[in-house]
Amino acid sequence: MAAAAAGRGPGCGPGDSPEGPEAEAPERRRKAHGMLKLYYGLSEVEAAGRPAGPDPLDPTDLNGAHFDPEVYLDKLRRECPLAQLMDSETDMVRQIRALDSDMQTLVYENYNKFISATDTIRKMKNDFRKMEDEMDRLATNMAVITDFSARISATLQDRHERITKLAGVHALLRKLQFLFELPSRLTKCVELGAYGQAVRYQGRARAVLQQYQHLPSFRAIQDDCQVITARLAQQLRQRFREGGSGAPEQAECVELLLALGEPAEELCEEFLAHGRARLEEELRSLEAELGPSPPAPDVLEFTDRGGSGFVGGLCQVAAAYQELFAAQGPASAEKLAAFARELGSRYFALVERRLAQEQGGSDNSLLVRALDRFHRRLRAPGALLAAAGLAEAATEIVERVARERLGQHLQGLQSAFLGCLTDVRQALAAPRVAGKEGPGLAELLANVASSTLSHIKASLASVHLFTAKEVSFSNKPYFRGEFCSQGVRESLIVGFIRSMCQTAQNFCESPGEKGGATPPALLLLLSRLCLDYETATISYILTLTDEQFLVQDQSPLTPVSTLCAEARETARRLLTHYVKLQGLVISQMLRKSVETRDWLGTLEPRNVRAVMKRVVEDTTAIDVQVGLLYEEGVRKAQSSDSSKRTFSVYSSSRQQGRYAPSYTPSAPMDTNLLSNIQKLFSERIDVFSPVEFNKVSVLTGIIKISLKTLLECVRLRTFGRFGLQQVQVDCHFLQLYLWRFVADEELVHLLLDEVVASAALRCPDPVPMEPSVVEVICERG
Amino acid sequence: MFNFIFSSDLTVDKRVNVDIISIPLKIIQKSMVIAHIHVIDFDDENNIINKNVLLHQAGEIWHISASPADKGVLATCYNKTADGKVVTCAAVWRMPAELEPGGHESPEDAASPAHALELLCHLGPAAHGSTACVAWEPAGDGKRVISLADNHILLWDLQESSSQAVLASSASLEGKGQLKFTTGRWSPHHNCTQVATANDTAVRGWDTRTMSQIYCIESAHGQLVRDLDFNPNKQYYLASCGDDCRVKFWDTRNVTEPVKTLEEHSHWVWGVRYNHSHDQLVLTGSSDSRVILSNMVSISSEPFGHLVDDDDLSEQEERSQEPPQDSVIATYEEHEDSVYAVDWSSADPWLFASLSYDGRLVINRVPRALKYHILL
Repeated sequence: MAAAAAGRGPGCGPGDSPEGPEAEAPERRRKAHGMLKLYYGLSEVEAAGRPAGPDPLDPTDLNGAHFDPEVYLDKLRRECPLAQLMDSETDMVRQIRALDSDMQTLVYENYNKFISATDTIRKMKNDFRKMEDEMDRLATNMAVITDFSARISATLQDRHERITKLAGVHALLRKLQFLFELPSRLTKCVELGAYGQAVRYQGRARAVLQQYQHLPSFRAIQDDCQVITARLAQQLRQRFREGGSGAPEQAECVELLLALGEPAEELCEEFLAHGRARLEEELRSLEAELGPSPPAPDVLEFTDRGGSGFVGGLCQVAAAYQELFAAQGPASAEKLAAFARELGSRYFALVERRLAQEQGGSDNSLLVRALDRFHRRLRAPGALLAAAGLAEAATEIVERVARERLGQHLQGLQSAFLGCLTDVRQALAAPRVAGKEGPGLAELLANVASSTLSHIKASLASVHLFTAKEVSFSNKPYFRGEFCSQGVRESLIVGFIRSMCQTAQNFCESPGEKGGATPPALLLLLSRLCLDYETATISYILTLTDEQFLVQDQSPLTPVSTLCAEARETARRLLTHYVKLQGLVISQMLRKSVETRDWLGTLEPRNVRAVMKRVVEDTTAIDVQVGLLYEEGVRKAQSSDSSKRTFSVYSSSRQQGRYAPSYTPSAPMDTNLLSNIQKLFSERIDVFSPVEFNKVSVLTGIIKISLKTLLECVRLRTFGRFGLQQVQVDCHFLQLYLWRFVADEELVHLLLDEVVASAALRCPDPVPMEPSVVEVICERG
Repeated sequence: MFNFIFSSDLTVDKRVNVDIISIPLKIIQKSMVIAHIHVIDFDDENNIINKNVLLHQAGEIWHISASPADKGVLATCYNKTADGKVVTCAAVWRMPAELEPGGHESPEDAASPAHALELLCHLGPAAHGSTACVAWEPAGDGKRVISLADNHILLWDLQESSSQAVLASSASLEGKGQLKFTTGRWSPHHNCTQVATANDTAVRGWDTRTMSQIYCIESAHGQLVRDLDFNPNKQYYLASCGDDCRVKFWDTRNVTEPVKTLEEHSHWVWGVRYNHSHDQLVLTGSSDSRVILSNMVSISSEPFGHLVDDDDLSEQEERSQEPPQDSVIATYEEHEDSVYAVDWSSADPWLFASLSYDGRLVINRVPRALKYHILL
């Protein structure tokens, strides 16, 4: 465009058409644009884009395609006032000048560039011409060289062929020489013991000899070779059989024999037989260690030796075998597997015997380490001999041992618990013998609880070794899942807690029947122990277990609540049994005292019978005993001066209410009626009712049982007047001292009233003692 | 001065509609002690109770048993107070004829003078000690009686229409300490040759022909054994109860373990009785004032209720009967005080009575539903 403008510039003078250049460029551009737009169907857009734009065909449009200066001038002149004309004239002149100067600058600038470009092209033209000449010369030279080369090779052709031939002959001759020398070389090798070399020679020569055996000379060589080879083979076999040398040499022998083309099958057998002999020796030495003598090396040493001796040997044999006979196909692999299986099983049997000896021991870490060694050693051949399944068998053994170990721990825990109980029994029995105070019940309880807990923890810690990260078998699925959940949690911990409850419950069963083979204090202690387990210890232990053994198994686990319920039930039964037992002891005392006394001939009571004092003493002792372990419990609300009040109720109003009618002849029915009515309003007393876990409830139970026994015994006897009075005194005494132990003192009153009333009914001459006298006697006694 | 006294025993006559129940017992004055025997007629149809009082002048009665052959004859163990000592003796008595059960001519007014029992014979001199219990031979002609005195077991032959008692044979229990029989039962099986006795915690079986011990259940109960009863239909089965609140069922061929143990009562069990015809029904009375009727199907002679061959039984019923389950049928809590005796009516197998310390006699029936369940 610049060039075009430059080209046209000189042609039409600036003055000629002042608006020409200024109008032409946009004009042409617009024209082109217009055609493009036309082509692309944008005319409407164009029209729309410039709605106010002038008509393109308008000859008066200064920038239009059909601009006609005359028409434009006419139009201007016709339409515009003078001022506007002037304005447009100056405007136009200004525009023309600007365009002129622009065009000039453009032309100057681009002109220089054009000139330099033309120069460059001209120079290039000259250079190319020179190069063409040189290329031509090169081509001719090359042709000459090719020609020469062809001529030289033609002359050398003949000689080259001859050299090749000669080289061939030379090689052949060397081979032949080798063949001819072969027998002697072989002999030499055999003599020197370089069997490998000999076998290599033989191997190299064999095919050739085979091929040319129809030639008599070769045949002779072959025969010689065969003889030597046979001897060689024999020697090798000899060496192989001697077996003194280690496995690598043997392997070498076999390898050579194989190379000599000996039958592989047979070699297999022999090789394995040799391996077997060696391994059996190892096994024998292991077995000797096992022996009946006690000072066998510890289990770690044993497995170590087994691992390095037997397993190492087996590995070597297996590796050598696989190397040697890998080509023999699956049959040989099968043979090896059978071999490994057989020896492996014998080895396992030995190991198991050894481990069984270890079962008595307590050092878990040693055992675990031994097992770890054992297992780790067997993993290498296991990889080598997957078919023999040694690794699986080893894992099984480890699992079995682990299981047995768990069983042992359970037994250990149980026996420890029983031991604790025995200690407690002794401690309970001791004070009486020694006459001094032994450790208190609470202390004993704490001892039992802590020692049991520590045993549990120790067991947990020691079985935890089985799952330690660094132990090779800990990532087996059994140890990750079942061992933790079923083994440790269920069978060890839950099993122990269950068996503990069971042991405790057993104390309630048979021996208690016969009367106190179990000291009552032990029952009380166990009951408290079970209760403690229920409230805290069980969940603690189980949480501990779950934390230590991240149980991932999905198998169902015993929930804590079930165990707690069991423990609670056990505690309840034990306590109930304790109440029964203690009740029975006091009952027996009361019963003997009632049954053996002659109530008809007794004298007027002077004091309380000793047995009643004994009852109160025993009850107090029981109260103290229970108080050591159980909380007080809730009583029914009492008035501040309980004894006073009850005394008055008991001895005056109630007693008179019961006895007053008995002075009249028609009394029996009335008494009967009265007592019945009274009973209607009092609650029925469940004598052997279950007790709650507190002191008051326990004592209430014991006192209920005792008093009910007293009642029943009294009803079976006949009383004289003084007998009745004695009963009255005794009952009042009991009344004075027993109310404080029970939850509801009304209960004691009821039962004691009942006793006195029954005694009165059983008396042909019921003259009760004056309450004041009774009171005096009781206070004195 | 009158006193109401401990009840003794309760027997049930074989007559239809009639039970004799002897309840105790009144005592007069110091040395002369007289007990009353109440003969109670219970008319099932009209639900009327008639009471007659018999005087038992010898003393207060501890045990009573009616002759199986002659309903007018009964034996009692009674206390005699002599020189400030109480001795328990045994005697055989005859009731006045008009008071025999079934004799309805008894006067209506209760105030009529009480009749006295006619003494037939004393069971020997009291040389053997206090008699605890008298048992008649169950199937016999009312001529043989066993009495238990301290540690002796005495077999009497009643001769000359029971007016004379001759000691036929005896045996005694030897052992350390003072052994005392507390109760005994005569087995209805084995041609009435076996007697079971209880002393302290042991139960023993005796052969009456040789008077030798056949079996012994040492420590049958944790404490004193209070009562025994033989299963009327299964010859080796024996029920016992005692102070350990338990009722135990024994097979006398294997006495190491009880066949079954019930622990329903909360105090001493004083009496246990098998129903005379349906031995799965067992009645127990205890000093916790309760009477419990249990259904011991699993060890009864008809363990599956009965053989279901009736076509009219629907399937559902059959299925419901399949598992024989021992259960408590009912607990009767009418008594306000300890129940000392329970027994079944010998006339009506669905009727039973219980007696408690306060003199209350309660007659009950087996629940109708159960009755039909057993019968149908």
